[in-house]
Amino acid sequence: MTLNPPYLVEPGRGLSHATPVLAVTGLDYTVGALNILKGISLAVHEKEFVCIVGASGCGKTTLLRLLAGLITPTTGRVEYRGRQVTGPEPELAMVFQDYGKALLPWRTVAGNVALALEARRVPKDERAPIIRQLLERVGLDGRADAYPVQLSGGMQQRVQIARCMAQAPQVLLMDEPFGALDAMTRQTLQDEVARLCSDVGVTVVFITHDLEEAIYLGDRVISMDKHPGRLSETLEIALERPRNQLTTREDARFLAYRHHLFNLLPPGH
Amino acid sequence: MQRVLKGLLLPVMVLLFWELSARSGFLKAESLSYPSAVFRAAFGIVADGSLFKSALETFSAAVGGLAVGAAAGILVGVAFGLVRTLAGLMRVSIESLRPVPSVALIPLALLIHGYGFNMESSIVAFSCFWPLLIITESAVRGIEPRLLEVSRVLKFGPMDRILKIVLPAALPRIFVGMRLAAAVSLVVAVTVEITANPMGLGYALIVAQESMRPDRMFAFIAWIGLIGWALNASLLRAQQRWFGKMGNWAEQSP
Repeated sequence: MTLNPPYLVEPGRGLSHATPVLAVTGLDYTVGALNILKGISLAVHEKEFVCIVGASGCGKTTLLRLLAGLITPTTGRVEYRGRQVTGPEPELAMVFQDYGKALLPWRTVAGNVALALEARRVPKDERAPIIRQLLERVGLDGRADAYPVQLSGGMQQRVQIARCMAQAPQVLLMDEPFGALDAMTRQTLQDEVARLCSDVGVTVVFITHDLEEAIYLGDRVISMDKHPGRLSETLEIALERPRNQLTTREDARFLAYRHHLFNLLPPGH
Repeated sequence: MQRVLKGLLLPVMVLLFWELSARSGFLKAESLSYPSAVFRAAFGIVADGSLFKSALETFSAAVGGLAVGAAAGILVGVAFGLVRTLAGLMRVSIESLRPVPSVALIPLALLIHGYGFNMESSIVAFSCFWPLLIITESAVRGIEPRLLEVSRVLKFGPMDRILKIVLPAALPRIFVGMRLAAAVSLVVAVTVEITANPMGLGYALIVAQESMRPDRMFAFIAWIGLIGWALNASLLRAQQRWFGKMGNWAEQSP
């Protein structure tokens, strides 16, 4: 099977004319004389799952932090539903890669999830059922009273995801969330996150350096070049959902996408 | 059990030697007394209530001063840890006040408060302020930056950020500072009582000395040591109890 030049493919969801959830225009980010990101333009639409792949050091994490409003661009702008992002927004939740550092070690699993509810000023008596529901969703029911140190890496990341969902976000920004996990746990979590995000109907920007993960999860995969970091190609992923770790990964189209991306980003690039 | 017995061997020998040499006239019993007299005096001051009264006076002045000094130290330490420019502005003033020995403030405190609880606890507060200021400031600086980002993403205001993130994250190290300051508070309180303030255990020591009662003096010294040990042991236990289960996060942070 052959692929059309991916950049000619239309988003194909009838949403391209609507205001994008996240829009980046002409964004540069420099630190001193160093060009970290150059000429980034990007639109992410409602309920889209966009994956950004690139070699380490290409500025993907920086791009995500710019989207989250944690840092401000040198030039250009980031917009959330047409409104300029000048700082963190409660509707944009960030899942950090280093889950061990992002959790509050003095709070239990339930307490960590409650933190986001406290931030939203959810009344005290309404918190418990929400927490129970969220923990059930990420497969942590029964561990509500455990402390983070008592959990495995995969479980800690589930806690962080539950806390982000407790923010009731419109957009989930995920920074290599499964990068530090073993292959088995990673695949389980990929399926869980894909299901969770489509159930909730949240828009996702997902950073990874794993090409297959990007194809497996994304509606759209954008590759990044480095020095300076810039977006190079967009690939529309036309694989049906729900996807399956075995059959999807053996699908001829999956392999063709992989082949295409592999040539763009060969290992050791 | 065997280890305890081994450990007790030396002290028992020393006490025996002391007792025998004092009774035989080898040591001057009128200035050094002897262990059996000290034990009798130790029970005597418990029985007549003078130990309880003095200990309560010293303890309340120490704890009162510790509470005020530590609270102020933590408050300023958090401010300095979070706002670098403030810490920079205050650096010279702080560093010139800190080396003042707390005992040197006794005359000043006497002028302001006269004799009594206030004078003593204000000097204790001064000496407890510093260790908590320094430890809290460095603990706040050492907080995992990711946690502060989490609080930014959740859009916590300054109050919530301090109460929900900064203070709990720094708490294990602040607690170590509290243990240090608790030991300091007792030392300073007794010192103030010995040198100036007519109350508490320090003053009881002076009275025992002036009335030529070395047995009472040793008895008070032994009780002071025991109170200090009990204070530290209970704080250590509290530390293990509160922070043990959650993993000691302060040790993990850079």
